[in-house]
Order: sequence, then C-alpha cells, then structure tokens
Amino acid sequence: MTDYRPPIQDIAFTLEHVVGYDRLAELPVFEHADLETTVGILQEAGEFMAKVVAPANRDGDVIGAVRNPDGTVTTPESFREAYAKLLESGFLSVPFPEEFDGGGFPWVVGLAIQELLQTSSLAFALGPLLTHGAIDALLHYGSDEQKKTYLPKMVTGEWMGSMNLTEPQAGTDVGALTTKAVKNDDGTYSITGNKIFITYGEHDFTEQIAHLVLARVPGAPEGTKGISCFIVPKYLLDEDGEPGERNSYQCTGVEHKLGIHGSPTCSMSYEGATGYLIGEENIGMRIMFVMMNSARLSVGMQGLAVAMRGYQQSLEYAKQRVQGQTVTGEASIVGHPDVRRMLMTQKAYTTALRRLLLLNAVNIDLANHHPDEAVRTRASEVVGLLTPISKSWGTDLGVELSSMGLQIHGGMGFIEETGAAQHWRDSRITPIYEGTNGVQAADLVGRKMPVRQGQSFLEFLGEMREVLPELEAAGGDLAAIGGKVAAAIDLLEKVTGWMLRTGASGDVASVLAGSVAYQSQWGETIGGWLMAKSALAASKLDDAAQAEEQLALAKYYATHLLPKTAGLAGQATAGAGDLFALAADRL
Amino acid sequence: MRIAVLIKQVPDTWGERKLDLATGRLDRDASDRIIDEIGERALEVALQARDAKTADEVVVVTMGPAPAAEAVKKGLSMGADSGIHISDDALAGSDTWTTAEALAGALREGGFDLVIAGNESTDGRGGVVPAMVAELLGLPLLAELDEVTIGAGEVSGSRGVDDAILTVSAPLPALVSITERTPEPRFPNLRGIMGAKKKPVAGQDSSAVGVEGGAAGPGAHSVVTATAERPPRSAGTIVEDDGTAAAQLAEFLAKNRLI
Repeated sequence: MTDYRPPIQDIAFTLEHVVGYDRLAELPVFEHADLETTVGILQEAGEFMAKVVAPANRDGDVIGAVRNPDGTVTTPESFREAYAKLLESGFLSVPFPEEFDGGGFPWVVGLAIQELLQTSSLAFALGPLLTHGAIDALLHYGSDEQKKTYLPKMVTGEWMGSMNLTEPQAGTDVGALTTKAVKNDDGTYSITGNKIFITYGEHDFTEQIAHLVLARVPGAPEGTKGISCFIVPKYLLDEDGEPGERNSYQCTGVEHKLGIHGSPTCSMSYEGATGYLIGEENIGMRIMFVMMNSARLSVGMQGLAVAMRGYQQSLEYAKQRVQGQTVTGEASIVGHPDVRRMLMTQKAYTTALRRLLLLNAVNIDLANHHPDEAVRTRASEVVGLLTPISKSWGTDLGVELSSMGLQIHGGMGFIEETGAAQHWRDSRITPIYEGTNGVQAADLVGRKMPVRQGQSFLEFLGEMREVLPELEAAGGDLAAIGGKVAAAIDLLEKVTGWMLRTGASGDVASVLAGSVAYQSQWGETIGGWLMAKSALAASKLDDAAQAEEQLALAKYYATHLLPKTAGLAGQATAGAGDLFALAADRL
Repeated sequence: MRIAVLIKQVPDTWGERKLDLATGRLDRDASDRIIDEIGERALEVALQARDAKTADEVVVVTMGPAPAAEAVKKGLSMGADSGIHISDDALAGSDTWTTAEALAGALREGGFDLVIAGNESTDGRGGVVPAMVAELLGLPLLAELDEVTIGAGEVSGSRGVDDAILTVSAPLPALVSITERTPEPRFPNLRGIMGAKKKPVAGQDSSAVGVEGGAAGPGAHSVVTATAERPPRSAGTIVEDDGTAAAQLAEFLAKNRLI
C-alpha cells in the first residue's frame, strides 16, 4: 500500500488548458506525443511510482545510505529494489532522444514524471536527477563516440551519472576549484583532487557510474574561464565497451545530514584517475550552464514534490484528527478556520507552482524544437526569466508548506513517528543546492533582467496581461480575480522599473539587497496569474466540479496570498543602506 | 496455445463507492475507474506462460460500457496481444448469468485453449461468473487456484481449503479462476504502453455475442427489489457497569448473532 496519490488529473488539466501543451504536440518531432498518449504514460508512471517508489521513502530516512569501510556505499534494500524496477519500467528514458534509446517525448513530460518520482521519494529521485544532468551535458558537448558509448545506457538508467563540481574552498564560487587534470600521451587525462558534496557519488543502484568532473589543466586561466569537464567512469571500459578495470578514485566519506538521508552525499578523492575530456579544454563552465537550466527547474520541482507529499499527509491526518468543537460542525479539525487556512494554502500554492514549473518546461521545449527562430529565441528568454523563479520560489514554498504540514499535525508533527517531520527536513536542502536562492536572485537581476535593457521582462508582463480582458468580460468572481491580478502585475512592473533605474544608476548593492524579495514577488504574481488562467479555462469546460474547484482556488489565491506582493514590493525597493547601518562587528 | 483472460473495470477501492439509487446499479462516475487487481493477476499468470513460451497468444476480454476500454488498454500495455470489448447499452445492468452468457458468447468462437479469470471482483463480489462461463462453454473448471502450472495439454494447480491443500488438474481446454495468492502483476513499461496503441481490440455488441434481449432478456435471473443509501454510522452502545455488564454484553452479542 502507499499513501501517495499522484495528481494526474491536475497535471493533465494543466498541460491541456493552462500551459499550452498543444504548441508542442503539433510539432512534427513530437508527432507520437499527443496529449492522450502522454496522459496515458503519466497515469501508468504515477501508479508505478506510488506503488514501488513511495513506500521506500521512509527506509531512505531511517536506514539511510551507509558507507562501508572498503569505500563502497550501501543504500536501503527497498531503494535498490525500486531502482531495479524503475530501470525495467522505461520511465526514466521518456524525455530523451529516440536515437539514444529514449522515448522522444518533450521535456515537460519528463518533468511531469519527475514530479511523480520526486514526490514518491526526494532522496531516491536525486540519483536519476543527477544522471539526467550528466546526460544533458553529454548530449550537447560529448563527441559522437562518447555519446554512442555512454548515452544509451545512461538514458535507460543501466548506468548512472554524477556531477562533481564542489570542493571545500569552491562552493558557490566554483571558479576557485583546484582539481588537476594532466594530459596523458594517449589523449586521456589524469585527474587528481578532492571533491565534496557529490550526490550519488558512490552507490549500489548500478555497477557503472559516469562521473562528470570539473578540473583544471596545467596553465589554465584563473577562475571559471579555466575549468574543463571530464568523464571519469567508475570502471574503465574494455574493448567491448563493458566495465573493466576499476578507475583510481575512492569515496572517502558520506555526510551526515539534516535530511535526504537515503541520498549518499559523498566526498571523493581522485588519485590520478583516468578522465576523458568533454568538448575542449577550458569550456567546462559552458557545459555546466547547459545542464543548469534543467537541473534548476528540477530542483524547483523538488519543492513542489515535497510540499505535495506533506500536503497529502497532513490532509489525511486533519480528516481523522478530532479536537474540539469546530465552526463548521465537522467532526475533525478540518472544520477549524486556521487548519482550513493551512490546507487551502497548501493546495492553492502547490497547484500554482505546478503550473509555473510546467510552463517553464514547455518553454524549454519550444526553445529547443520550434521551427520558427523567433519563437525559439523568445522561449529561450522566457526560460531565462522563469528558471531562477521556479528554483527559488518552488523550494521556498517546499520548506514553507512542508513546515505547514508539520504544523497541522500539532504536537504529533514534531514526533518523527508520524513522518511529517521527514518532509520538512528533506525540503531544507533545496533552497541551498543547485545555486542558493540568493544566487538565483542575483542571476535574475544581474543576468536575466538586463536582457534587451529589461524589455524581455516587460514583454512577459505584457503576455501575462493578455488574459485580463477575458477575465473582466466574464464578470462576477472571475472579473474580481482579474482585477487583483492586474494590480499585482502593475506593481511588479513598477518594481521592475525601479530595479532597472537603480541598476542603471550604478547602485548594484541596492539592486542585490532587494533581489530576493523581487524574485519572490515574481513567483507570487505569476502564481496568481496562472490560477486566474486556470479558473477561466475551467469555466469554459463542461465540467462543473472542475470549474468550481479552479475558481475557489484562484479566488483564495487572489484574496489571501496575492496581497503578499505589496509587502514584497516595499522590501524589494528599500535599498541597501539599512542593511549595512551596523558595522559587522556590531552584529 | 491461446489464452483468454477475463478482466473487469471496477471503482477504485480507495475512493467512496456508490450505487445509483434510481437504477440500483453502480454509479460509475462516483469514483476513479481502475482495472480490478485480481484481473491483473489473472493476466500475469497468462503472461508468465507466454514468457515461458508455453502460450503463444494472450487475449484480454471484458464486458462494460465505453470507458472499460481503458481496462482493455491497460491489459494490452501490460503485454496482452489483443483485446475483446463487449459493450452495448442493452447489456447495462446485466446480472451474473447474462454477463456469463455474453462472455461465453465472445469466447466460444475464439479457439481458446485456456480461459483465466479472477475468483471474484471487488465491486459485485458474486464470485460465480467463472463457474457460469465454464458451464456455458462445457469446460472443466479449476476454481480458486492459489498457484497455477500451465503445461502443453494440461493445466494444474493448488487450492487451499480449511485444513488441506488440494492439487487439481484438468485437460485443456479448461477454465481457471485464481486467488490473490498468485504472483503480483507486472507494471506496464514504456515500451508496452506505446505498443498498446497498435494492438487490435475487437468491439462486440449483444447480438455478436448471442445474448438476445440484453440485460432484460430471458437469461436474466436476478431482480433488484430495493436499494437504499447506506445508513450513517450511529453512535455505539455504551454499557454502564451496574454489576450486570457481563450479562448485557453477552446478550448484545447473542442478539446480533456474534456468538
């Protein structure tokens, strides 16, 4: 049995009516990926994840991944069994090119499957997630031979991958890394150095692991311009392309962490390991940036996933738990206004977040596959804007909503036995890794906002406004929701103007000081917009229950959650002065 | 060898199941529709025989309204080679005998060596359809098998009863019904799901399966006399111990035929 109920209906509704899946399905490259087929796959994938992966989540937390004295790592038995079945299912391969044994589906379908997998178990799903990152890098920059050798097995999941960036002195500042790569006579490189925080750096899911390792060749330029990227397989391949001799590196430790205990976070020591250069020397950062967009979106999805698992669990608990007389007369605590507020907030935010993440992914597909260059270029700009918002807003909500799930449990939420605490502990890493949310905000205002002197952002606000006339014409609640969304967009435009002017005046500190609030304001506003769009779309369907639900959620969002944007606007434009009013030694 | 597997679409047991009080029939919109798990297990038995090359072809057979096509598709995704979907408004609300007649009608000309069914569905829970189909087709019935072995000209298996395990066998063609003790059904994989789109499904109406008159025809034996909403749960009886509590409890249990 399982306690996870995959939200397939809402994913299908979002694809069809909110984020424009038809824009992808009509492309010749996705001829086989019509909506019906896609939803059919999601249904089966959801059932699979709920029955096979979700029950293992608790083992991941309680048993965890353990390093043995010989440097091997043992994961919980239920993790290994679930991975073997997942490999067999083929669901991992869905969004990759058919040429490499993938399903050839749009990235957005892959992301929807990620929701199902990650909600089932965040710690388990990290392995496949990092493998996807490695596949992405090889797809774009690998040689034909490297692609032929590694991709088919990594796409199916028979081999896994890992990403080796961080070193003790080089975290957010990846340019400070010192791992060395010295070229050998046969064209391979000898890699020597220490890496930390390597997710699934060592494990027992698969025999072979293809590590992607960042290192410097002798005489490389300082900083990020001197980084190269190498494939370092756990086992060197023999003449038949099969794993042979063990490569020269060790997993020297597995971290003890606040959460995601099932995911082995490894320290790696490379001792003259054989590595194969990807692309050219010194383009390692470019390769990393390729996978960054999709990896950051995937981490945003972790926020939704952990919030969903917490929501479903706290809802079940609230329906059973009887405490005191309720205002509605309902027997359980769902009749208390404050509990209801938390449940509605969980439902409205997770629904809005799913829409943002899937919209982001649709734009990745448009940017990669649309025949019209203008569409591709614009979609790429939209991906640039939405990705830091998806990552940061998604993971902030993941922490907030899983904490709310714990709160709904009352005292029992603080007791590990109920499992509510695990979701909150698991969620806490997500605003930190794959670029902290502060770094996301700096990326938003520093790299993305200046695109075409701010025009990319302002055009997106215009695209959001396109739904307003129809909401107004619909009258009633829809018009009222539209009015609130319009005001939020106006406010966001105002703050964007302030950011652009302040940046232009050279006051970088003030722009950065307000960037996190500004980033949240974007998330909150986009959420309101997409919920209004959903309510409008549902009102046109022959489905009274769906229309009622989407309207209720959009209305709750517009009246209870959207007002936050006013506070965020004030914070975003407050400047840096007060932050530095006290010298550091007086803090 | 050709194997037919009887499957059924039922309301998800996780949700709240309801009857339409006006007709006395299942309210199919009240909950999610899924393929009955016992049918998936029956299919698993057949697919394992095909994996072992004992069987060449596996056909899933169902009767139900249009949405039951989803159950057939699921069977095809799991690996069945083709499907038969009996669907006709005239058959809505059929009782077990009419259902068995329709299924037998669809199976009669199929040239099947073996028919596998679940022992009972999670919705109607009649548990008689497999036996009725065997009777109508004149096939030997091996009912309620916990374990099934399919051989070239014979099927055998074991059935647990109160104080023994019976080992039974029958020459083919035969009909087998299985219990929840048979192996877990496999999950459809991506290849199976994509492949299912191209597999044939034969649609059949009541005349094609030879059920004249449909649900209300001469074959219908059962009549629904009344339907009622399940009464809300009432508060439990509290026995206050004034020295006679034990006697009161015994009386309560006896009255409700619990002892």
